[in-house]
Amino acid sequence: MEMLGTRDVYGKTLVELGRENENIVVLDADLASSTRTSYFAKEFPHRFFNMGVSEQDLIGTAAGLALAGKLPFVSSFAIFLAGKGWEPIRQSICIPNLDVKLVATHGGITVGEDGASHHSTEDFALMRVLPNMTVICPADGVETEKAIREIVKHRGPTYVRLARPKFPVVLDHTYQFQLGRSFTLREGKDLTMIATGIMVYNCLRAAEELDKEGISAAVVNMSTLKPIDVPAIARAARQTGAILTAEEHSVIGGLGSAVAEVVSQNCPVPMKIIGVDDLFGVSGNADKLMEHFRLTYPYIVEGARQLLGMK
Amino acid sequence: MTISLTQEKVKELEKIALQIRRMVVKMVFTAQSGHLGGSLSVAEIISVLYFSELRIDPRNPNWPDRDRLVPSKGHCAPAIYAALALRGFIDPECLTTLRQLDSILQGHPCMTSTPGIDMSTGSLGHGLSIGVGMALGGRLKRSNFLVYVLLGDGELNEGQNWEAAMAATKLSLSNLIAIVDRNRIQLDGPTEEIMPLEPLMEKWKAFNWNTISIDGHSVEEISDSIQWAKENQDRPSVIIANTIKGKGVSFMENTHKWHGRPPTREEYEMAIRELEGEIDE
Repeated sequence: MEMLGTRDVYGKTLVELGRENENIVVLDADLASSTRTSYFAKEFPHRFFNMGVSEQDLIGTAAGLALAGKLPFVSSFAIFLAGKGWEPIRQSICIPNLDVKLVATHGGITVGEDGASHHSTEDFALMRVLPNMTVICPADGVETEKAIREIVKHRGPTYVRLARPKFPVVLDHTYQFQLGRSFTLREGKDLTMIATGIMVYNCLRAAEELDKEGISAAVVNMSTLKPIDVPAIARAARQTGAILTAEEHSVIGGLGSAVAEVVSQNCPVPMKIIGVDDLFGVSGNADKLMEHFRLTYPYIVEGARQLLGMK
Repeated sequence: MTISLTQEKVKELEKIALQIRRMVVKMVFTAQSGHLGGSLSVAEIISVLYFSELRIDPRNPNWPDRDRLVPSKGHCAPAIYAALALRGFIDPECLTTLRQLDSILQGHPCMTSTPGIDMSTGSLGHGLSIGVGMALGGRLKRSNFLVYVLLGDGELNEGQNWEAAMAATKLSLSNLIAIVDRNRIQLDGPTEEIMPLEPLMEKWKAFNWNTISIDGHSVEEISDSIQWAKENQDRPSVIIANTIKGKGVSFMENTHKWHGRPPTREEYEMAIRELEGEIDE
């Protein structure tokens, strides 16, 4: 199976975009070698600004650059960008509705050994609640490249969450990313699994397992969390009558909540939300943490069975 | 330092500062909401910026090469709105709608509502970072616009200012001029009691800024210090403008009680009488 690092793809795509669009500038907060903005820094040293370990100033400076007519990409780890940067993002990017691209790496718990301080299970909630903000979490490296290219065409505050480890590639290279549109990877009749990030792959594996039991599960990649694809969710609810969501994020405030907001008000059907329970992360390697937080495919299979029991 | 203003211009700018004060008091009285103390303390600074320094065009508020003013102490919005009205950016009639539903004049500056506002502010501590980004952007765009950031002194409690202060010298942003409205009073009381800032000059110097301290109610000193800042081509400059909170209305001066409360009709009439009396002198 092909594996691609979403942050590696981001770094390479940013260099290509830098060649195509000289208005792009990149800012980082002393994590360039980890976020891979170092690739851009190497090729365009005069359009790269390392603002040091100061996320609030990082956000404000990016806003100022946008106000002077530049197109800033801003990167750090998800918890530092969305967490430490939250109020500056609200005041200086979202209220004035500025065209700033926030691309966070090291989302979720697959950050691994660094532990709770460096994990980010809150960023979808923090970003989703901000008016004017667009929120994206690509399923794999293929989608990362397409999404990063697409957000340049979209005007406005944008948050993209990427990850530390390499992800299995689930989309083929002909895939077209459309902002605000989900993509059905697998059709099914009994339930629909709506997932984002690494959980798309885990849901595909779970669907294969369920298939062996005679349960037909659709799998939908919901890479745009906001604006969320309301028609696709309503259609899934009508057609399969049960919805399971899966995300590498808290079960509070993320994809599950976003889908539940649509389902409960438009097309009520039973739901199951798979994600990180209301707990902070712990140290461990990424695979063990996925197991520890019950995000691997057997737990999705178990969740699907519970869900079908509610139908 | 060279004297940059003619006596005629000095008189004009002083007269505009008084006009701004009267308009501020009227606006906050009409709205029965808003920040008087910190709007009155910046009247001369606003007068000099809008009527002598800023290269701006009311017919083209978004002119890409215009000078920028980041109102980091966003609660002085009434003083800025007064200047925008006098300068022809907004209809003076709309000043009576301050802080009301559907008004173009939000409680704190909002760039998507008000022509001539360069950045939305209100939450303290953000403006200097914005100024850093704007000044950097101007340099990258090879535009020679200047970026002014108007900071409150209480606002300097926010750590983001000092992150931005470090960044501005790292990037050698000589096109960035910060003006601190040093009125020595913040919402809850004197700055030196709430969270001491002194030695403030030394702090900025330690961050490698060109630093000057002036009388913030002297239009000549404000103007001269801006010329001095423009002449310094190697790094950013900060002007510590020593002011009086509530300046111009005797019973509002030097007290935190007028930070954020509107006047009663009686207080309003007293205030206007004092400000008009000053004009007659």
